[in-house]
Amino acid sequence: METFAQAATMDSVTCPSCGLLCDDLSVERDSAGNLDVSKNGCAKSITFFARAPHTPAPRVDGKPVDLPTAVARAVEILEAAHQPLICGLGTEVQGMRAIMALADKTGACLDHMNSNGFMRNIQVVQNSGWQICTLTEVRNRVDLLVIVGTDIVSLFPRFFEREIWNAESMFGQDTTKREVVYLGGRDIDTSAGIAPDGRKPTVLACDLDQLPAVSAALRALIAGKQLHANSVGGIKVADLESLAARLHAAKYSVITWAAGTLNFPHAELTVQNMTEMVKSLNKTTRSSGLPLGGIEGDMNANQVSTWVSGYPVRTSYARGYPEHDPYHFSTDQLLSRGEADTLLWISTFNPDRLPPRTDLPSIVFGHAHMKLEQEPAVFIPVGTPGADHRGIMFRSDNVVSLPLDQLRSSALPSLGTVLTAILQAL
Amino acid sequence: MLIKLTGGRVYDPAHGINGKIMDIYARDGRIVERALDGERVDQEYNLAGKVVMAGAIDMHTHIGGGKVNIARTLLPEDHRGDPVPHSDLCRAGCGHAVPSTYITGYRYAEMGYTAGFEPAVLPMNARQAHLEMGDTPIIDKGGYAMLGSDDMLLRMMSANADQNAINDYVAWTIHASQAIGIKVVNAGGISAFKFNQRMLNLDEQNSFYQITPRDVLQRLARAVHELGVPHPLHVHGNNLGVPGNMQTTLNTIAGVEGYPLHLTHIQFHSYGTEGDRKFSSGAAEIAAAINKNKNISADVGQVLFGQTVTASGDNMVQFRNASHASPNKWVCMDIECDAGCGVVPFKYKDQNFVNALQWAIGLEIFLLVDDPWRIFLTTDHPNGAPFTSYPHLIRLLMDKTFRNEMFSRISPDAQAMSTLGSIEREYSLYEIAIMTRAGAAKLVGLHDRGHLGIGAGADITVYTDNADREAMFKRPDYVFKDGQLVVEDGQVVKVTWGATHVVKPEFDRSIEQTIAKYYDKYHTVNMKHVKVTDQQIADDGRGHVQVHACEGRREKTA
Repeated sequence: METFAQAATMDSVTCPSCGLLCDDLSVERDSAGNLDVSKNGCAKSITFFARAPHTPAPRVDGKPVDLPTAVARAVEILEAAHQPLICGLGTEVQGMRAIMALADKTGACLDHMNSNGFMRNIQVVQNSGWQICTLTEVRNRVDLLVIVGTDIVSLFPRFFEREIWNAESMFGQDTTKREVVYLGGRDIDTSAGIAPDGRKPTVLACDLDQLPAVSAALRALIAGKQLHANSVGGIKVADLESLAARLHAAKYSVITWAAGTLNFPHAELTVQNMTEMVKSLNKTTRSSGLPLGGIEGDMNANQVSTWVSGYPVRTSYARGYPEHDPYHFSTDQLLSRGEADTLLWISTFNPDRLPPRTDLPSIVFGHAHMKLEQEPAVFIPVGTPGADHRGIMFRSDNVVSLPLDQLRSSALPSLGTVLTAILQAL
Repeated sequence: MLIKLTGGRVYDPAHGINGKIMDIYARDGRIVERALDGERVDQEYNLAGKVVMAGAIDMHTHIGGGKVNIARTLLPEDHRGDPVPHSDLCRAGCGHAVPSTYITGYRYAEMGYTAGFEPAVLPMNARQAHLEMGDTPIIDKGGYAMLGSDDMLLRMMSANADQNAINDYVAWTIHASQAIGIKVVNAGGISAFKFNQRMLNLDEQNSFYQITPRDVLQRLARAVHELGVPHPLHVHGNNLGVPGNMQTTLNTIAGVEGYPLHLTHIQFHSYGTEGDRKFSSGAAEIAAAINKNKNISADVGQVLFGQTVTASGDNMVQFRNASHASPNKWVCMDIECDAGCGVVPFKYKDQNFVNALQWAIGLEIFLLVDDPWRIFLTTDHPNGAPFTSYPHLIRLLMDKTFRNEMFSRISPDAQAMSTLGSIEREYSLYEIAIMTRAGAAKLVGLHDRGHLGIGAGADITVYTDNADREAMFKRPDYVFKDGQLVVEDGQVVKVTWGATHVVKPEFDRSIEQTIAKYYDKYHTVNMKHVKVTDQQIADDGRGHVQVHACEGRREKTA
């Protein structure tokens, strides 16, 4: 039985700090439980694992208390609540299962901190569906990668290393010949898209809010339509025509985006332009979309919510059965319209994701290093999945789930343990 | 805890019991012969006049894994039509075509079903399938791991690997996926679609590996047999839904050299090309082939009319059929160089010639296959219809008058192309018990389920005999799961958590080194993280793994 008392080197560690869930890290642990990434790290994973073991006491109204006292106060608040909102939802699968049970019991609404982005994708699925693939398909098949509106690497640092410039591929492809195109965005760091032989990526820059027009133009061209304009959003139509031709000629193109980055009104329609152009391309060749996400457990929240309730998040149990509305049940809407009377905020991976400012009675289940701007009625520090306790996490592609290991001993309870205690007391 | 079920009319085909009035005892979840001397019966149920069977087993139902959750995501409007509020006992959720997991468990139990098997567990998505099934209460679960378009197998075959190595890889996959069998979907075709092939006939080569579907079927059927896995290779054939595909099905039966094979949702693979519309029933030929070849079993995949959604690993076919999506939206995915999936909503209409004939073809197959031990009652939930339509389907099989009345309402052109109206057969209660209990348990390899013999798990369903078989099978009087009363008068009265049934065939563990290296080189995850552990299934203290015996590895080939 591992007691975590000694210093050790742990291999094949899974990192939950972004949606790639790289599981090839080596992490050193000292006898005090400090963790340090020694192999295959990136800026995000190094920060994630470097957060020192820390066991602050739970607080009620800012005063340190023991866990049973904090749980008892949380139970009182929930029993007085008429319409709780459980949001943040930064947790792994077991934590999310407990959240679903609590929401069912208390008639709560559920929303994830990254839903503004994620819902852009969900609305496309609900409206027209899509044709997409997973990371290992990209790694072994892509010959033309079109990246829409993001540099990828500031969100997913090892994407190119693992999926594009990998030396080996299953089907004998010379991966150094892969073509990379950045479409949209200004002053994007495109250095990761430079091929190992120094070949530069194609960059078709435009302001993000021009992407609706640019993506619609590209979709039209791929569908065989003629455009009368010479440029769209500052990009020459000739360049878009050339890209459309290359997409038709590619054997397996991948069009990728990170929905959270597409921060302009009705960005779901831009996502839909991309997914519908993929469908068109598949009439004659192969192409897939690759929606990137999986940050702060957004895939966990949506997967578990979908199988337990029938719907992704932005779902309400207020009537005793689940109802879903991607607009009305958003955190922003519920708070601004005064429809919630109690706020529960959950962020177990990241101390920097703080609850929205509110006058409502609040209960925060947070990372031990969380520094709150506003003291909630109850603060319960919980363990970090993948460091303090084990768990299960869904990757960016929403298909592969990986086990998260416990890497050190911790006195912090897991979110699931705390929520189960609350549920039993209700 | 000892319970006694007194004086019911028992149908237990595993022991040849056909409507005998008997008492049944169950102690602590297992069926026992009688009370010990002086032992008190804790609870007695007077079942005079009632019909008693083992709990029913659905041997092919899509209840867990990525494509099921995609289907849920795709159809919020279907869920809005069937909201299910929570109660003191039960969690809230949604029903209809793809119910949420809790509702799936409750509704199966409320129909007298005590087990369901997910037929398309992608090894790369197996953990999710088990997580979803882990949130499915009351019933037992299990799954068949999907192989046949995965790069590793096709690569090994391409290199003409020894059958023993294939067997080891197949066994490793069963362990890693916590499965009870192996399924192959459009053998090699899901992979071929990724290389832009749009059709793959039985003897057509995958353009990259130079391997045919027939090669894949032979290798896998043999592997499953030689590993001693009780469930025969579970085959979703090539050319699903294509007019004339009955020839592919007949060739598949002939092509496996006598190895056991289970042909799933065979209705979708039993089409001819006769008539003005070049679409006709191949049921008679397919049933004759099943009757003749004792190594073959099949489940039907009956189509019933109404809105549903098709969720399949066969993205080649699903992409081809996407133009029929109703409502018009669909999802296709290429997954991990391992598999794929396609989710396409469908509305089967009784006045649509093709849909109506599909309905008739399914029923023809049910009625023309002689041996109820080798034909199974499924709708390929949710692909042909949601599982909640089983009582209606049972009535169609047991009640000729009702069936003919339904037949007279479908598209007249379809009626003209079907022999259904002239088939006299009506299934008996005994035959229904074979198809949905004893036969299903035997086929899946569950030694202690599907029967009421001493030592069996006390999964028992009690019905009130009713000439309206739909009403009878819709609402059992009692359902016991592992000896606990979970349903009374068709309503859940207690929520329990069932087992996950698996097999763990022997294999040469040194294959792991090869697989690990392969994963390191080509994949995006470490091999050890692909494996689903017992603990991941048992987490939350609700599930557990039950291992069933394999027949022992058969003689290795040279």
